[in-house]
Amino acid sequence: MSDAKKFMYINRKAPYGTIYAWESLEVVLIGAAFDQEVSLAFVDDGVYQLMKGQDTTDVGIKNFSPTYAALGDYDVNKIYVEKESLEARGLTLEDLQHLVWEDEDEDWAEKDSIRVVTSAELAEIFEQQDITLSF
Amino acid sequence: MKISIQVSEGPYNHEASVTAINYVKAAVEAGHDIFRVFFYHDGVNNGTKYATPPQDDMNIQKTWSELAAAHDIDLVVCVAAAQRRGIVDQGEMERNKKDGMNIMDGFRISGLGQLIEAGIESDRLVVFGD
Repeated sequence: MSDAKKFMYINRKAPYGTIYAWESLEVVLIGAAFDQEVSLAFVDDGVYQLMKGQDTTDVGIKNFSPTYAALGDYDVNKIYVEKESLEARGLTLEDLQHLVWEDEDEDWAEKDSIRVVTSAELAEIFEQQDITLSF
Repeated sequence: MKISIQVSEGPYNHEASVTAINYVKAAVEAGHDIFRVFFYHDGVNNGTKYATPPQDDMNIQKTWSELAAAHDIDLVVCVAAAQRRGIVDQGEMERNKKDGMNIMDGFRISGLGQLIEAGIESDRLVVFGD
């Protein structure tokens, strides 16, 4: 993996209202084929993207939220959610989808993909990236 | 330095596109190599040749086209985003049975993989948008 670059996708916007969230997810899914080191961060209203029980019936827009559950199958398992953004919106980890991945090195043990991190921790994670794509 | 650009906003509605043009000009003048400009989200609207802005206004699409021709810059419009917004080249016209095409000279339509590749191949990937 030494040739791989670290790609960070920063998701900052609510899932609906604008198309950024959905088109960001499309980049992540395509990008997963390139064998790079991929991380996702959810900050500000972006934390709403991972909410459980999304229902878009009344707005008539495609509900793409089930797609996040597939990320583990694409080896996208470093998903950081900013603690302060959750708290500012009265949300906890329990309000988010339970995203998991299977660890090939540990007999396919199921592990959590989401890590709640503070703003300061997230800044350090951003510092380690080669590419940050902001949506 | 090898630099790639992502433009995430359409022309006129948002300043990101013009700022990206100014950035590309400055980077080229400073001797840097622009590996690729990738247009995503409403940014794909930078690639239409059917815009007719008032004569005393900047023609943003044409400026991109001229910049590409002058400095041999690869302008890539995302196919998935383009299909949603009606940006069509010869291949898309035939594939999706449209009765015309509107891609500006110097632009080409291709996949999101071109953005990832730009990130891998470049020293810097700079995103212009909100």
